Amino acid sequence: MKIIVCLKQVPNTTEIKIDPVTNTLKRDGVASIINPDDKTGLEVALQLKDKFGAHVTVISMGPKQAEKALGEALAMGADRAILLTDRAFAGADTLATSKTIAAAINTLEYDLIIAGRQAIDGDTAQVGPEIAEHLGLPQITYVNNVEYSAEENTFTVQRQFEDGYQLLQVQTPCLFTLLATAEKPRYMRVKGLVDLDKKEVEILTRADIVIEDAVLGLKGSPTKVKQSFNKQYNSNKQKFVLDPAEAAKLIATTLKEKHLI
Amino acid sequence: MEPQVKYELFGNMIKEFAETEVKPLAHEVDEQERFPAETVEKMAEIGLLGITVPQSLGGAGGDMKMYIGAVEQLSKVCATTGVILSAHTSLCVTPIMEYGTEEQKQKYVPRLASGEWLGAFGLTEPNAGTDAKNQQTIAVDMGDHYIINGTKIFITNGGKADVYVIFAMTDKSLGLKGITAFIVEATTPGFSIGKKELKMGIRGSSTTELVFENMRVEKSAILGKIGEGYKIAMKTLDGGRVGIAAQALGIAEGAFEETVKYVKERKQFGMPIAKQQNTQFVIADLATKIEAAKSLVYAAAEAKQNKAPDLSVRAAMAKLYAAEVAMEVTTKAVQLHGGYGYTREYPVERMMRDAKITEIYEGTSEVQRMVIAGSLLR
Repeated sequence: MKIIVCLKQVPNTTEIKIDPVTNTLKRDGVASIINPDDKTGLEVALQLKDKFGAHVTVISMGPKQAEKALGEALAMGADRAILLTDRAFAGADTLATSKTIAAAINTLEYDLIIAGRQAIDGDTAQVGPEIAEHLGLPQITYVNNVEYSAEENTFTVQRQFEDGYQLLQVQTPCLFTLLATAEKPRYMRVKGLVDLDKKEVEILTRADIVIEDAVLGLKGSPTKVKQSFNKQYNSNKQKFVLDPAEAAKLIATTLKEKHLI
Repeated sequence: MEPQVKYELFGNMIKEFAETEVKPLAHEVDEQERFPAETVEKMAEIGLLGITVPQSLGGAGGDMKMYIGAVEQLSKVCATTGVILSAHTSLCVTPIMEYGTEEQKQKYVPRLASGEWLGAFGLTEPNAGTDAKNQQTIAVDMGDHYIINGTKIFITNGGKADVYVIFAMTDKSLGLKGITAFIVEATTPGFSIGKKELKMGIRGSSTTELVFENMRVEKSAILGKIGEGYKIAMKTLDGGRVGIAAQALGIAEGAFEETVKYVKERKQFGMPIAKQQNTQFVIADLATKIEAAKSLVYAAAEAKQNKAPDLSVRAAMAKLYAAEVAMEVTTKAVQLHGGYGYTREYPVERMMRDAKITEIYEGTSEVQRMVIAGSLLR
């Protein structure tokens, strides 16, 4: 089985602050991590490798420094790492990103593509599904559990909703987007880290993929960010002095009016 | 990839492991004097028990810098966990790798590196610590095997380890040159675990007696040559001291971090105590000493890695200084925490108790001074 895991390097948003002047994320000095949903996706791929034998390729698009995230993936047990990096890819929105990654994946062999549900820096949840569309693959999003039957060569996966899940069966090739809750990612192995000395992240540039210039980078991106801002809560503060029974009634009525219960 | 990448990622990994897997257990392990077997299993899974072992012997193929970094980061949150790794690696895996026959290496090292077996070291006796010529454990040559009788005390990982590097007199008349090292498995008939020590600190670490009663040991279990035991013990302890120095450094860093956090939060006289000049000066001094200790520890680790001729003195300096810094930092950490620091609700209380042992085991601070002066005044 050949598995491709799409992986993004993101700033650790638990440490991040917003610049009050520009309203953009202050990325300076903030540690970069593998996006948590993607890391779980890699864990799922590595478990399939452990149980059934698989070749796991991780692929990422980003600046040169994203090599480190791919190094981490190799140290966890991935077999091959590819970084798509070129000035021509810069400024890409989800559409341009997914088209670029899909074009690169087109040059690879695969049975299964795994992506994280969404990245913690953008929260769009669009790139994974778009890659599946560009490649004409069946896709299952919000996957919380993956079982594989080697005899039937099918996957049975749980697609998670807020109040339940669907159990879906799918044949390869296909694409899943994984939830971070599906598995706890393993730590990098010391041996895997030592072996990084002998490994390289393969670099793919504009020249290595077949794609029109018009769909790349900023000019291939229909999304324009007009403004980023912190949400302000304008609550209607009112004070009531009531006995407990009346207070409970008031709370229940108010919640009902607002269709919250 | 650039060699630097692996160190950076290793640092991230071990910090996350320590914070996520080790720190939450540290209080309980101390309180209940419980050996954290589940943590040892997790360490094995990642490959921490065989960091310095070559890949050809089933290890990770890493180096001293990584190993010392692991002991440091683990000790930062739990000194018990740090010493389990240090005793296993420096005092058991390393001497077998350095002095073992090919057969011994093949038999023991892969299992120790994978964590299937845990290792320990037995030199100290009631009347012989660093002064090893008083060894009263006797190995009698029976032709094709030895019969060993005696007792070892204060053995780290005692009762939890599967393999022990131990020392016994094979010829009392030769004094130090009559000591021989043996590799002994816990399942050897005549081997048993005696009293378990109740300690001031590192209370989750298992410290026990080893009792040898007519213990039959095959000649294939001799480590190195007959009569080479003392030399092996001293060389092994040179390396071990780097591990303990890293443990001391970790304890100091852990207590320092807790204290920085605390002094920013704790308010007295209308402001955080971090605004008081007394606090600021103490913090500045401690940070400087920790940084100095770190330089000595990593220089000693490099000396061990490169088999440098001055390893012995570098290791002694690193351990002496780092242990004293650990004691000073933890004591002042408790002081800056005030009454709360004296309670078991705050980790600095545990860290102060844990720090003390680093001035004692694998050679007291006085012994380190002897080693340093000895190398200078030859």
